[in-house]
Amino acid sequence: MSRIRPDYEMTKWRRFQRFVNGEELPEDERKRQEFLHAAREKSARREEEQAAFFLRQKEERASFRKYWKEQERRELERALKERENWADTKGVKLFRRFYHAVSIIICISVIAVLLAVVAELPAFGSGGTPANGNEVAERYIVKGQEETGAVNIVTGMILDYRAFDTLGESHVLFIAACTVLILLRIDHGADGRPTQAKLEAEEDDRQFEPKNDRILQKTAFFLVPCIIIFGIYVILNGHISPGGGFSGGAIIGAGLILHLNAFGFRKTERFFTYRVFQTVTLCSLLFYSAAKCYSFYCGANHLESGIPLGTPGSILSSGLILPLNICVGCVVACTMYTFYAIFRKGGI
Amino acid sequence: MEIVKSFPLFNIVICLICGVLSSVLKPKQAKGLSLVLTGAAGAMNAAVLAWVAREGQYTYMMGHFPAPWGNEIRVGLLEAVLAVFFCSIMFLSVLGGEHYISLDIEESKGNLYFTMINLMLTSLLALIYTNDLFTAYVFVEINTIAAGALIMIRNNGHTLVAAAKYMIMSLIGSGLLLIGITILYDVTGHLLMVNIHSQVAALAASGEYQLPLTVTLGLMSAGLAIKSALFPFHTWLPDAYSYSVPSSAAILSSLVSKGYIFLLFKLFYRVFGFDFIVDHKTPNLLFFFGVAGMIAGSVMAIYQRDMRRMIAFSSVAQIGYIYMGIGLSVPMGTIAAVFHIMSHAASKSMLFLAAKGLSDVSGDSKDFSDLRGSGCRSRLAGAAFSVGAFSMVGIPLLAGFTSKVYFAEAALSASRGKMGIAMVALAISTILNAVYFIRAVITIYTPNEEAASMPENCHLPKTMAAALVCFIVLNVFLGTWSNVIEDAIRIGLSTFS
Repeated sequence: MSRIRPDYEMTKWRRFQRFVNGEELPEDERKRQEFLHAAREKSARREEEQAAFFLRQKEERASFRKYWKEQERRELERALKERENWADTKGVKLFRRFYHAVSIIICISVIAVLLAVVAELPAFGSGGTPANGNEVAERYIVKGQEETGAVNIVTGMILDYRAFDTLGESHVLFIAACTVLILLRIDHGADGRPTQAKLEAEEDDRQFEPKNDRILQKTAFFLVPCIIIFGIYVILNGHISPGGGFSGGAIIGAGLILHLNAFGFRKTERFFTYRVFQTVTLCSLLFYSAAKCYSFYCGANHLESGIPLGTPGSILSSGLILPLNICVGCVVACTMYTFYAIFRKGGI
Repeated sequence: MEIVKSFPLFNIVICLICGVLSSVLKPKQAKGLSLVLTGAAGAMNAAVLAWVAREGQYTYMMGHFPAPWGNEIRVGLLEAVLAVFFCSIMFLSVLGGEHYISLDIEESKGNLYFTMINLMLTSLLALIYTNDLFTAYVFVEINTIAAGALIMIRNNGHTLVAAAKYMIMSLIGSGLLLIGITILYDVTGHLLMVNIHSQVAALAASGEYQLPLTVTLGLMSAGLAIKSALFPFHTWLPDAYSYSVPSSAAILSSLVSKGYIFLLFKLFYRVFGFDFIVDHKTPNLLFFFGVAGMIAGSVMAIYQRDMRRMIAFSSVAQIGYIYMGIGLSVPMGTIAAVFHIMSHAASKSMLFLAAKGLSDVSGDSKDFSDLRGSGCRSRLAGAAFSVGAFSMVGIPLLAGFTSKVYFAEAALSASRGKMGIAMVALAISTILNAVYFIRAVITIYTPNEEAASMPENCHLPKTMAAALVCFIVLNVFLGTWSNVIEDAIRIGLSTFS
């Protein structure tokens, strides 16, 4: 028997023979095995992948659902919050809009009504109107000078005919000054030493105080005396020419404020302190009240007050009007200056 | 001329002088001066009242010139009764709260508080006695500024806000009043109430200047309604009453708003004439807002956790009662309104002081949860609070009951529509009053274990105890002797216009 080649099985012939015989080729078997294995592996991998995919998908879906739920919850919360805070957010806006609209409507209607009323009122300055032609105005004009001794009828009216109103009015100034004092005055501490707030206010003020502004100081040097003298003139001539306590006092107050601005608190404090304010206001108002009480009492009891009226037109005339004008002037000047000083640094 | 007739003048001038003097005194001296002054003013006005009750009303010339040229004050029975009453309420309020004034206010500004008190008294007396519209306006100014100062003198943030609110609302009211006075002067040519009255009657007959007159009436009524905190304009009130010093709260609630209401009475009766007012349907409007205030004020009071805010909102309701009384446009309604001015003033100032006494023994808290059992800790304050609360609810023998009876009586004589509304509103408002006031009384008498460590029956300051006792007596007096006062008001009103 002849020797068989070791690779006989793999020869072409043998392979052909086996093919014809229908036998399976060993290599194919391997290949098939390999293929099958590969296929199995592949399918396993695919399955794995698929499982992973499904898992991932599931996870994703879960997280998505979670996210979605979260989102929904947040949405709901926001909605709830919105509803809770409706009054603070949208409500305020809505209310403000409504408020503006209504206030504009009310203002316009009030303006319209008042304009309509003004159109119906008697024309200004025309004679024969109720306010112009009646016995009140007539007596003021015809007999005013004779009865009050004041050439300036307005002064005669406010300080003699209707002195009670003016008594109240000068106390309005006083009470306004006191209210500003209550609100803004910064006081010394209980131990008499300045408190922190006081020191701060002083420090603040020092920053704003013009330091040695030459032009301002020189101008003020000439202007302040003129202003104050003019104010005194307006007060003293209140019963002779237009003017009087209120306007003259305002002029003097303006002069004092100018002095303060030019030279600072230190210079002004030499002659105008809180004590001066108190003394001047107190004396003026007390004199005013006492004098008017006397004159009201005499008038109501039909007694002679014994105060001479003098000749109309001279400075020393018209009875109580001149001293009262001086009192009102003092109060107005002090009040104006005090307002300014207190608003600036919380003290005089 | 008898010296008594000059007392109103002396009163006003002395109050002005003391107001100015207080600004340079030490707080203690100013306090003493203010108390003496208020007492003296009350005594003088009582003398005037006795004189007027005997001899009848009179006008007093302020100066050498008779009325349309000079100023004038008019003293009638109604004016004198109210002046005495206002002085006594002022005295008791200052007396009751004086201990807290020195605690709550900076030492250096204590004297200015009494300046404000004295000038407030001046302005109230002048508003009561004046016979001239412009004088009234001048003293309205003093009144407004003094009230603002009384609110903000206790210098914490709340009071500043409250004072700012008060000033804004009140100045709008003043502005409307002033515009009204100028228009009225323009069409009538007078400032004296009597002369304006005759001129208005002449104009109404001739049909001239109808629009200006109507508008003036509206402006002035609206201005005074704003100033006296009628319902839709009440927003400044709760803060102002609940954060200020107890004396201020008592004075503001019982006197300041009442001064304006009395000025409104003067406007209606002495300036325009009540027929003119009824023709222009003003009472209907006031009636509507009054009824709305009665209900709304009480409902808002129920929601409050803070005792003083609750009392403040109750004031809104009570002001509503007064306006409802005017709005009924029958004589009895006005009598009831004037009586309610007095009974509300007597009860409300007592309530504010007692509330301070109660919160004093509860760690200075105004919250109901802390106030539990405070009535047992401070018996007098608890008793005073209960009397005030019962009076406001309308328990017989107390002032509030009588005024409610008068309101009901007035409603019966009013027109049919108003009668129904007024009766129903009275009933609802009384129930609502009971809801919050009785709850408050129950709260202060419910024992509280947590606060057991607090001392039993703490002693109130002596002055406050005295003031509270006087207030209780005053309330019972108003409730039981009401017919004397009602007669006085009736006679006063019949000679008023």
